[in-house]
Amino acid sequence: MPIPTPFHSRTSTLCTSMKWKDWAGFHAVCSYRTHHEPEYFAFRHAAGLIDVSPLFKYEVYGPGAAAFLSELTVKDIKKLKIGRVTYLCWCDDDGKVVDDGTIARLAKTHFRMTAAEPSLSWFDRSRRQHDVTIEDSTARFGALALQGPNSREILSQVTDTDIASLKFFAIRQASLDGADVWISRTGYTGDLGYEIWIERDEALRVYDALTDAGRDYGLLPAGLDALDVARLEAGFIMNGVDYFSAHHCLTEERKSSPFELGLGWTVKLDRDPFVGHTALRREKKAGAKRLLVGLDIDWGELESVFAGYGLPPELSTEAWRDGRPVYDGSDRWIGQATSGAWSPTLKKNLALAQIEASFAKPGSTVRIELTAEYRRHRVTARVLEPPFYNPARKRA
Amino acid sequence: MSAARAGRYDAVIIGGGHNGLVCAAYLARAGRRVLVLERRHVLGGASVTEELCPGFQFSVCSYVVSLFRPSIIRDLDLARHGMEIIPLETAFTPQLEGPGLCRWADGARTRREISRFSPHDAEIYPEFSLTMTKMGQLVRHIIDGPAPDPTSFRPRELARLLELGNLFRKAGPDAIHMNMKLLTMSAVDFLDMWFESDTLKAPMSVSGIIGTFLGVRSPGTAYVLLHHYMGEIDGAFRSWGYSKGGTGGLSLACARAAESLGAEIRTEAPVARVLLENGRATGVVLENGDEIQAAKVISSCDPRLTFLGLVGRDNLDGEFVGSIERYKLRGSSGKVNLAVDRLPRFRGREGTEFLRGDIAIAPSIDYLERAYDQAKYGEFSSRPYINVVIPSIMDPSVAPPGQHIISMFVQYAPYDIKEGAENWPSKREAFGDAVVATLAEYCPGLEESILYRQVLTPWDLEQEFGLSEGNIFQGELSLEQLLFQRPAAGWSRYKTPVKDLWMCGSGTHPGGGIMGASGQLAAAAILAVGE
Repeated sequence: MPIPTPFHSRTSTLCTSMKWKDWAGFHAVCSYRTHHEPEYFAFRHAAGLIDVSPLFKYEVYGPGAAAFLSELTVKDIKKLKIGRVTYLCWCDDDGKVVDDGTIARLAKTHFRMTAAEPSLSWFDRSRRQHDVTIEDSTARFGALALQGPNSREILSQVTDTDIASLKFFAIRQASLDGADVWISRTGYTGDLGYEIWIERDEALRVYDALTDAGRDYGLLPAGLDALDVARLEAGFIMNGVDYFSAHHCLTEERKSSPFELGLGWTVKLDRDPFVGHTALRREKKAGAKRLLVGLDIDWGELESVFAGYGLPPELSTEAWRDGRPVYDGSDRWIGQATSGAWSPTLKKNLALAQIEASFAKPGSTVRIELTAEYRRHRVTARVLEPPFYNPARKRA
Repeated sequence: MSAARAGRYDAVIIGGGHNGLVCAAYLARAGRRVLVLERRHVLGGASVTEELCPGFQFSVCSYVVSLFRPSIIRDLDLARHGMEIIPLETAFTPQLEGPGLCRWADGARTRREISRFSPHDAEIYPEFSLTMTKMGQLVRHIIDGPAPDPTSFRPRELARLLELGNLFRKAGPDAIHMNMKLLTMSAVDFLDMWFESDTLKAPMSVSGIIGTFLGVRSPGTAYVLLHHYMGEIDGAFRSWGYSKGGTGGLSLACARAAESLGAEIRTEAPVARVLLENGRATGVVLENGDEIQAAKVISSCDPRLTFLGLVGRDNLDGEFVGSIERYKLRGSSGKVNLAVDRLPRFRGREGTEFLRGDIAIAPSIDYLERAYDQAKYGEFSSRPYINVVIPSIMDPSVAPPGQHIISMFVQYAPYDIKEGAENWPSKREAFGDAVVATLAEYCPGLEESILYRQVLTPWDLEQEFGLSEGNIFQGELSLEQLLFQRPAAGWSRYKTPVKDLWMCGSGTHPGGGIMGASGQLAAAAILAVGE
């Protein structure tokens, strides 16, 4: 049975739709009202406030912390400066992705790591000789994501720090309405945004301060349905949806390498050995067999499929994640689209897919399965390189 | 290299409204050398954003987007060029007593709201929507192509008629009967077939009269109800939306698309007249005397301004001049835009959730009909129908934090007031006062919150935006002026009696609203003819 997050007394009052789901053992709001679209549009035109407390959080302390994290993950964390955050993944010995998340360097010997899955045991097993202490701080902290073009102005109203100087992927300690918080210039929407990390006792005070400050800026509480559309536009993959952790796969086929997931850019090979190093070096040389791509599903063809049944195109406003097969021009199976959504901003029907590398060049076309009136069809999709949505303010 | 120096343009387009810009983009995409000339300092025509007072971005004229063609968005990649649409979420009709009626995206909630007035209507409401959606599907085919021409026996025309006939035949006799009713009945009579609640019918009926000089009980007004059910803002059938940053944002996206495809655009370049040689359009003369040569001249202005203004009666056949003179413009609406320092508080309803859409001051059918009565005899309605939107709630970028824009479309404000249209300026503020007083009856304290007020009468729409008689659709969307008769019988295909002079504005099929269809279809017609 899921348990409440530190913000539950506020979110449960606001969530009039009663649409909740289990996110990593916590109650999480899907959408506050019956339709999530206003929350999505708040991300893109005003600001949305999401309770992201269920994210797994780990504190890594000690003189060996940087070396340990460099060995655990695909990046050389020794190079990460204090006050910076980095996004990366970590693999098993075969170079298959276990999880993806962020690492923030809060002090010389103190890092905070986020993960989609419980990871304490894996980190502990990988610790070996390193002089580190690892703490699961998931329950100790509440976390909020404040995302959208007005997020900076809202946050400026309630903190003592110069928010404008907090650069993309920077993190800083600050006082928010008197509460000690960590604020990072990060998020999962592909927009201007921040994440705020708070000791649970101070959580409600921070929530109320942000809500009050947001009133004049169009701030809405936002749930996971809106976030799912925004993250697809941003081209962000999701563990358990777009790939499966190597720790949960019964077959080798199901596992993915960072290169196959479009995370090759996070892998730094020219350095001391790390978990999966040898396998990843080999794969880099040989080239990945599958690649993660974006798909733009042809609207004209989709429309004619529905028109064949006398119907206007029927598309959910919610993102889908039930997986759809992808074929080449001669109906040979070449991979799968793992999640997708109609992009209200880009006016495109988008999907993330893993397909054979030879079809992954942007501009090439594939066929994707589409169900209309209970029957299966195939329509053309054009390969795009994510992110689909990439406004200048995302990095501002 | 300046295109002008290199030789004449393939096409010069008069007017930088959304249709002119869409037309320019399509022509440029086909490799034509195009120049757009806009009289004002800003692009957009009636789809324009202006910062009338510091920090407030007003959608001065048109204020919501609904029927903009999805194919244009895709063809011109308008999202990449900055087009962003934020959907409206509610439709609220306040009453002087009680909480009024709010319709929501949430069907069950809407049903409960309507039940307070009529449990019967609450259940019929979704059935009505379904029927109208079906009809909208049929009519959509007419919007997405040139007007079918029943007088022609050319195979292509006959094939198109047959195709439309087949669609209706497939839809069945009920659809045909329903279509006949929609074409002939008044909005109120049509709604009476379904509903009993005046509170529900009044705000629904107004979509039948917007931009026309007719009342909700006038025959022929039912048809325009359909447009409400054809709203598609992104391919999927949906309702209405705000253009981010105001409706000018959409025009600017069209302009950027056109420019990226090679079109040239000039503002503050008013055209004085169309250059003619041996009955053929060869370019334009600007008000400053400059001549611009072009193989084709395309006017996005309304038919009256185009033919009687820019071409001139003397250069046209008498019969054609007559039909243009009889073309009904007779603007019937005005616009009042407010900057306010707080959100309005409505009687009988707490909070702001019901303000995330449009607000109709249409408390009863009699109220609407009385508003029309005054207009019939040359007065503006002292208690008009008002369509209110507060775009700054969902698009905070258009107003300073905590402050808001209230945009009001007001009907009736007849162009021909009994003092004479040219005397509108002396009535302007009285008209503005009546509008504000009307809304203030529902939102006490409104007056005190006003920081700035702009009042646009039909006269202003004509003088400032070049809309003859202040008609927002460049000609009434009444049945006798639609389809193959828009703007004149036999001239619905963007061509004109003047060789090489074409039309691409709302005064052509399908006309009206921020659709872009006229610009798109005109470009297709021009390209089909070739050089």
